[in-house]
Amino acid sequence: MNRGGGSPSAAANYLLCTNCRKVLRKDKRIRVSQPLTRGPSAFIPEKEVVQANTVDERTNFLVEEYSTSGRLDNITQVMSLHTQYLESFLRSQFYMLRMDGPLPLPYRHYIAIMAAARHQCSYLINMHVDEFLKTGGIAEWLNGLEYVPQRLKNLNEINKLLAHRPWLITKEHIQKLVKTGENNWSLPELVHAVVLLAHYHALASFVFGSGINPERDPEISNGFRLISVNNFCVCDLANDNNIENASLSGSNFGIVDSLSELEALMERMKRLQEEREDEEASQEEMSTRFEKEKKESLFVVSGDTFHSFPHSDFEDDMIITSDVSRYIEDPSFGYEDFARRGEEHLPTFRAQDYTWENHGFSLVNRLYSDIGHLLDEKFRMVYNLTYNTMATHEDVDTTMLRRALFNYVHCMFGIRYDDYDYGEVNQLLERSLKVYIKTVTCYPERTTKRMYDSYWRQFKHSEKVHVNLLLMEARMQAELLYALRAITRHLT
Amino acid sequence: MGKTRTTSAEGRERQRLPARRFRTTSPAALRADSVDGGSLLAPLLGLTDRAFSDCPDLADGAMEKMSRVTTALGGSVLTGRTMHCHLDAPANAISVCRDAAQVVVAGRSIFKIYAIEEEQFVEKLNLRVGRKPSLNLSCADVVWHQMDENLLATAATNGVVVTWNLGRPSRNKQDQLFTEHKRTVNKVCFHPTEAHVLLSGSQDGFMKCFDLRRKDSVSTFSGEATEAGPWEWAMAGWVPVLPVLSCHILRLHHSFAHGPTQDAESTANGSRESWGCPLYPLGLCSGPQAGQSESVRDVQFSIRDYFTFASTFENGNVQLWDIRRPDRCERMFTAHNGPVFCCDWHPEDRGWLATGGRDKMVKVWDVTTHRAKEMHCVQTIASVARVKWRPECRHHLATCSMMVDHNIYVWDVRRPFVPAAMFEEHRDVTTGIAWRHPHDPSFLLSGSKDSSLCQHLFRDASQPVERANPEGLCYGLFGDLAFAAKESLVAAESGRKPYAGDRRHPIFFKRKLDPAEPFAGLASSALSVFETEPGGGGMRWFVDTAERYALAGRPLAELCDHNAKVARELGRNQVAQTWTMLRIIYCSPGLVPTANLNHSVGKGGSCGLPLMNSFNLKDMAPGLGSETRLDRSKGDARSDTVLLDSSATLITNEDNEETEGSDVPADYLLGDVEGEEDELYLLDPEHAHPEDPECVLPQEAFPLRHEIVDTPPGPEHLQDKADSPHVSGSEADVASLAPVDSSFSLLSVSHALYDSRLPPDFFGVLVRDMLHFYAEQGDVQMAVSVLIVLGERVRKDIDEQTQEHWYTSYIDLLQRFRLWNVSNEVVKLSTSRAVSCLNQASTTLHVNCSHCKRPMSSRGWVCDRCHRCASMCAVCHHVVKGLFVWCQGCSHGGHLQHIMKWLEGSSHCPAGCGHLCEYS
Repeated sequence: MNRGGGSPSAAANYLLCTNCRKVLRKDKRIRVSQPLTRGPSAFIPEKEVVQANTVDERTNFLVEEYSTSGRLDNITQVMSLHTQYLESFLRSQFYMLRMDGPLPLPYRHYIAIMAAARHQCSYLINMHVDEFLKTGGIAEWLNGLEYVPQRLKNLNEINKLLAHRPWLITKEHIQKLVKTGENNWSLPELVHAVVLLAHYHALASFVFGSGINPERDPEISNGFRLISVNNFCVCDLANDNNIENASLSGSNFGIVDSLSELEALMERMKRLQEEREDEEASQEEMSTRFEKEKKESLFVVSGDTFHSFPHSDFEDDMIITSDVSRYIEDPSFGYEDFARRGEEHLPTFRAQDYTWENHGFSLVNRLYSDIGHLLDEKFRMVYNLTYNTMATHEDVDTTMLRRALFNYVHCMFGIRYDDYDYGEVNQLLERSLKVYIKTVTCYPERTTKRMYDSYWRQFKHSEKVHVNLLLMEARMQAELLYALRAITRHLT
Repeated sequence: MGKTRTTSAEGRERQRLPARRFRTTSPAALRADSVDGGSLLAPLLGLTDRAFSDCPDLADGAMEKMSRVTTALGGSVLTGRTMHCHLDAPANAISVCRDAAQVVVAGRSIFKIYAIEEEQFVEKLNLRVGRKPSLNLSCADVVWHQMDENLLATAATNGVVVTWNLGRPSRNKQDQLFTEHKRTVNKVCFHPTEAHVLLSGSQDGFMKCFDLRRKDSVSTFSGEATEAGPWEWAMAGWVPVLPVLSCHILRLHHSFAHGPTQDAESTANGSRESWGCPLYPLGLCSGPQAGQSESVRDVQFSIRDYFTFASTFENGNVQLWDIRRPDRCERMFTAHNGPVFCCDWHPEDRGWLATGGRDKMVKVWDVTTHRAKEMHCVQTIASVARVKWRPECRHHLATCSMMVDHNIYVWDVRRPFVPAAMFEEHRDVTTGIAWRHPHDPSFLLSGSKDSSLCQHLFRDASQPVERANPEGLCYGLFGDLAFAAKESLVAAESGRKPYAGDRRHPIFFKRKLDPAEPFAGLASSALSVFETEPGGGGMRWFVDTAERYALAGRPLAELCDHNAKVARELGRNQVAQTWTMLRIIYCSPGLVPTANLNHSVGKGGSCGLPLMNSFNLKDMAPGLGSETRLDRSKGDARSDTVLLDSSATLITNEDNEETEGSDVPADYLLGDVEGEEDELYLLDPEHAHPEDPECVLPQEAFPLRHEIVDTPPGPEHLQDKADSPHVSGSEADVASLAPVDSSFSLLSVSHALYDSRLPPDFFGVLVRDMLHFYAEQGDVQMAVSVLIVLGERVRKDIDEQTQEHWYTSYIDLLQRFRLWNVSNEVVKLSTSRAVSCLNQASTTLHVNCSHCKRPMSSRGWVCDRCHRCASMCAVCHHVVKGLFVWCQGCSHGGHLQHIMKWLEGSSHCPAGCGHLCEYS
């Protein structure tokens, strides 16, 4: 299967990598967690995060106020590189977990567990298992889905679809859930649940994308905590978290000089900005560019890494051994490229026809009051967040880059913006970055440190975290848009 | 349905129309119209003069055409009926031709012109031509020129503005293409009188003004918020580097600078100070989140002011611009919370602007005054997508919503709660509305996402007013009664004597009519107020009773005695009697055991059982007493300690009045199972204070901060709790004890009856009936008080819903009398879950910083902006994080405890300001 692009050496490398995984998984003894680095993230050197933290009193304030666990967890630590964003993040998360809402508290945490389980994110699961019990959840539920009320079980289908192929959600799914009966969901409850699901799917992306380490001091085990499985390959371990040591990946992607890579990117951005004034791509070209980008996203990542293996083989291997599976059904269901099912011809989601600002917000806020404002603020925040820097350069307008990242994620979920020239994506996002984006948003559990290291090597870690935030929010918005559109259709 | 009659309004219309024709069609008229700035227009429109001189025939042609159109209209009367036609695709916008006989519908995959005929819509032209329609045809908005019936403009979702000339001979009517916007164009708008001026507003935050005779825009307006920041540049006199995108501004600016007029000169000068604002967005700022221009949602030329246009933004702002000054807006104000989706200028009233936003409101602003003034506000049920003033009706406007709600409403802005008319034809959201003719109020056209185009006739609209209940009745706090009803109704009834069965006789009957009533025809109503007699009791007794009743914290007998005393002092003898009865029923020592024997031990003539040592009882009493207290303060946990509760009252009681049958309690204990006896003994060491129960009372006082129990709301929790073994166990206890609790005898005075051993349920029913009786009488206070005082003893006899209903009504009453403390106590003591969670909602108190007056968002005691701690204790000089008390005289204060302590020793302010503070 020629997937185009990607040097053979890369393929070989990943092949090895996947083998490692298999070995790792077969031999269960190695599975005991062993954080790759100390500090909150396996990808980011501890000092980067800690340094930022000591300066920041604000973070502590925020944590004190909004953290449900009452402590500075690793996610918060990493996010605190962007305090402004952190605030809206924590505020909205706190709202959906703790404040007035249609769902009882234990339900909320259980839904979070279900969502995180779709991506085998043991970090989030453990966190919420604790909270679930703390808020008075019934311990029995933690034995698996068979033990929960039918009502929660019914959420499974939508959880599965949202996590992997949100475009398949139709109003029939919604109808099935809300139609009157013993285990029906009211619309506000459903919206609450959907917001939670989308939030935790996206957060799982962030956790894997930034290599969040398990919390250092696992409290007294309550029996339901999972043994943390690090999803990093053994060869990542060998990598020793040294950026300079990235010669391996460097040669993989054939980048000679990372410095020139940055310069080139800057150059391209500049050119694009200038060209924009004169160059006029024909309409046909514009639409083909979207299709092209969509198609191309097919070959990115999975092409080299996993598809050379029988797909299901790998997944089964991975999931069956994992404790996580008790929270999910149909574990083999995964992301499937939007573009690939040309035969079925799924209609592209036109962003202009159902936007967050106009439609999504109104619906969400109507059914689950105030969450709309919080999410709105969060989306705006992440989209507009900029320090006007790129690596060592200052005073750079990064709008273009941010928009490219955001729209590329939406493109993989089949959402198209009429007013966006998808040619820009190609110009601005290099292949290794695309690999990373696709992995993080579609199969976050497969993210490796190598992927994280291999793109934008001149950039600061905080900038990469920024990228992660963008990916996370873009993904959340995409999921929400599909789900809310289905609900709207159900209502009309 | 037949044809429309010519209404009188239409007749009037016909006569009035010619008077307003041709206001500003020719350049000459144009100048005359704008005395204050006519000369400025020339450089702006650049080519105006030349264009007119170059092609006089064009201008003449336009004039000729227009006159023909108008005449045609003046001569004909609009007719039609409510009708709709199916489109092939969802519509995004519609616009009506000047001749009121054609309508254009545009959407993502539709762009057609329909002729409006009497009975139907007829497709006239499909503008969507070409094999593979490009995105340029995916329209977000469409507008038909109001002066030229051949000219249309569309806004495409990909950011292109297209103009269409229907006069073109070819099949493709596309005229010009402006590709200057980078993002979706949300709105296009023609100048109401100027033939070649087109304005567009886009998602990228820019508005552009096009002269249709030129290839690109003449000016660009940036919607960047001008709040803080950019002014430094102005002060430093530093001209910022021009980003690429602002080149239009520059170009335009030059044209001004070179212009001959002095005004243009001054524009150039004057603009320097505001240079920062349009340039700011482009990534030059240092703040991490500024630098994003806000998306433009709507642009509208003012109908009355030649140079003015309004633009609305995603962040809730509305800006007013002078078309001659693209450097900065004339005025900006925040109109809505969240995006402002639409705006519309009033066709008649100069300076009235209606805006509609995502916050579900329609607001009418008067922008002629110095500060934009909100005149009216209409609250709708969904975010407002479009708003359009209704012609010829000064206060009417039509709205449709963006989501969920599919109807079109016509509101009278003076009556913001009930729409004047409602059109319910559409099955999906309405995306475009337009009045068919600018001077005809009865025809409304609409396009919708359900792929249909509708013509609505005003007289066919449903009028929610008719379905509304025109009568209103309200009790005042002190027994007054207000009653509003249709005037006709009241007039008929007013002769009648007021209802005399009420204890509080209405003494007079007052009618007040509002002379400024705007809806004279619709709902002229009369308001009647019945007042109670000044000396007729009022509600004083209620307040006194509420304040003085004791509901918990003491043994039952004392509570009853106390409450009886209170009632007696207030002259409510029946109530007092009831309390006394309750005391006798539940607290007489002899009774409970009798019943107990009756049930637990059986019929074995247990009266003759041997005596128990009385010291046991004495030892037990205090411990149990405090247990009761604990139990009461917890409220929720009461069921667990029911056993002790009841026996405690029993025993303390026994202590108090050792009169009759002290041998019977002993029977009780003996009669019980041994195990239970052990349980009772177990408690003794824990409460080893053999004083009388009174001494523990102070602890019962309200703590300053009550513990907020983190109980999740919702029914699930209840269920969960019931499932858990612990509670169900205690419920079992309750069940087994039930006979004991509820047993009582009416005839506690005469011993005869409890000898005869009446079944205990008999009494429960009686008490229940009594409570119902009081509640029915309107004395819900009594019902709730008894319910609380008796607690478990009666609770199970009354169904949950009734209890909840009583509680809520009583709490409501208390709050109306501002008896907050009492109401909180009641909430706390209630056992109904729905009630007890009442005081857990909205427990947030928002505070503003005392220095910068901004709200303090994260912490109550430190301000994020000025980084100062807001409230320092004047005594200990530390930050006060909890209760802060301050003197209203000198505004110094501090920790409650500290201030109390300080003022015990000194009467001066601890801050040393010399004020003599008082603490009461």
